[in-house]
Amino acid sequence: MSLVQLTVNGTRQQVDVPPMKRLLDVLREDLALTGSKEGCGEGECGACAVLLDGVLVNSCLVPALQVNGSRLCTIEGVSTEGRLHPIQQCFLECGGAQCGICTPGMILATQHLLDKYPHPTMEQIQEGLAGNLCRCTGYMRIFEAVQEAAKVA
Amino acid sequence: MRSDVGQFDFVSPASLDAVLERLAAEPGVHTPLAGGTELMVALNTGRLQQHSLLNLQHLSELRFIRVEAEAIHIGSGTTFTDIRRSEAIAIDLPLLSQAASWTGSVANQNRGTLGGNLCNASPAADSPPALLAYGATVTLVSSHGTRTLPYSDFHLGYKRTALRPDELLHTISVPTGWSGYRQYIRKVGTRNAQAISKVALAAMARVDGDRTSRVIGDIRIGAASLADRPVRCAAAEAAVRGKLVNETTVRAARTALAGEAKPIDDIRSTATYRAHVAANLLEEFLRSLVG
Ligand SMILES: Cc1cc2nc3c(=O)[nH]c(=O)nc-3n(C[C@H](O)[C@H](O)[C@H](O)COP(=O)(O)OP(=O)(O)OC[C@H]3O[C@@H](n4cnc5c(N)ncnc54)[C@H](O)[C@@H]3O)c2cc1C
Ligand code: FES
Ligand code: FES
Repeated sequence: MSLVQLTVNGTRQQVDVPPMKRLLDVLREDLALTGSKEGCGEGECGACAVLLDGVLVNSCLVPALQVNGSRLCTIEGVSTEGRLHPIQQCFLECGGAQCGICTPGMILATQHLLDKYPHPTMEQIQEGLAGNLCRCTGYMRIFEAVQEAAKVA
Repeated sequence: MRSDVGQFDFVSPASLDAVLERLAAEPGVHTPLAGGTELMVALNTGRLQQHSLLNLQHLSELRFIRVEAEAIHIGSGTTFTDIRRSEAIAIDLPLLSQAASWTGSVANQNRGTLGGNLCNASPAADSPPALLAYGATVTLVSSHGTRTLPYSDFHLGYKRTALRPDELLHTISVPTGWSGYRQYIRKVGTRNAQAISKVALAAMARVDGDRTSRVIGDIRIGAASLADRPVRCAAAEAAVRGKLVNETTVRAARTALAGEAKPIDDIRSTATYRAHVAANLLEEFLRSLVG
């Protein structure tokens, strides 16, 4: 077991876990943050995506030990004081979320994208979200939501 | 079936030297883990054989891009995102920049490293064709010192490399100064992001002579998925070097490439398809030289 200290959504946390435990499982099992989803468990779908020190990563591919001392943002940390983040609001209004399994990863991938390109082109949006698969929306509404979010954010 | 994570040991030595000492003390026992985008997939699908892992991901000694007059030196722990962000690489080594941009998704590029891509030694990996065309060298490090070899000697066979069990890949050095060359790279797969290529080709050529007689002064071709390892296509290069760009040369290039290609059938494609498409890519590049 390894002692891993990290800051999750602004709160300092400490867990004692096997060092190769997936960050995704640390979040869901040890920290009871079940917003991050498991789709494939192989880095293909982005449902487990989180921001690690401000950078988008798939938490199913990150061993716990590698996040020791890091700052993490999960979907639970995106809204503030019970108010939806503009990106979340735009996904809601544009119909960018249906079943919702892909949505946490999509929102964080969007946040990462807008950090890099505040006014992304359609090509940049498609590339930025290429690692996030959605079985429901057909993507067009998601792209619209991102474009709207870029306007209001 | 996922592996039981409790069965795996994983430690983060404080420095590169400390990692090398552990590798030297028990050669073959420990496996380095960098970005984890290969090894964690193996873990999650129950295929990870190695049970003692050593973290490299935090080592700043392995994460650098150093631009010198005649080469760019890239630390093995450099991520694809780092490579894409480097203006020097975009300008001087555009094929490597392009390959990095289609190596998996943004999240994979944020984590996956160039060193992991080469050491994983898949014949289908995206960076090798560009590095082979540019004539890169690799520096390996152990607690006994370093050695440098041409990258074309690094891959020994399917998923086999020249690395000894106590060694790590330290630096990938890529010569620059290709401004007189036309450069080409193309990946053929089900889609660029995420999908492993069916076949990929990186090529560069210097064309000499005037408009009426364009001669291929030099040509360098690297390929993925044309053999059990990434390969430089020496026969195809020899078939066209010093030749005029015309129908005869294009045919000779296709024949030579078909002769040296030894692709395999697998879940992504067939050997026949791979050899044929690789020849098409080479032809596309050669024809572009007279455009
Ligand atoms: C969804 C997905 C999509 C992908 N798409 C692509 C793609 O399009 N193209 C492509 O080429 N690859 C792709 N990959 C594969 C992978 O992302 C790359 O091969 C990546 O470069 C691996 O680097 P890493 O640091 O994550 O490797 P790790 O998993 O950390 O290590 C891989 C191997 O290299 C060894 N190793 C790592 N660093 C060193 C070192 N310095 N010295 C010695 N040995 C070392 C490890 O022991 C291990 O055997 C994809 C992977 C995923 C999960
Ligand atoms: S569950 Fe992590 S990428 Fe699919
Ligand atoms: S909303 Fe269902 S997978 Fe995207």
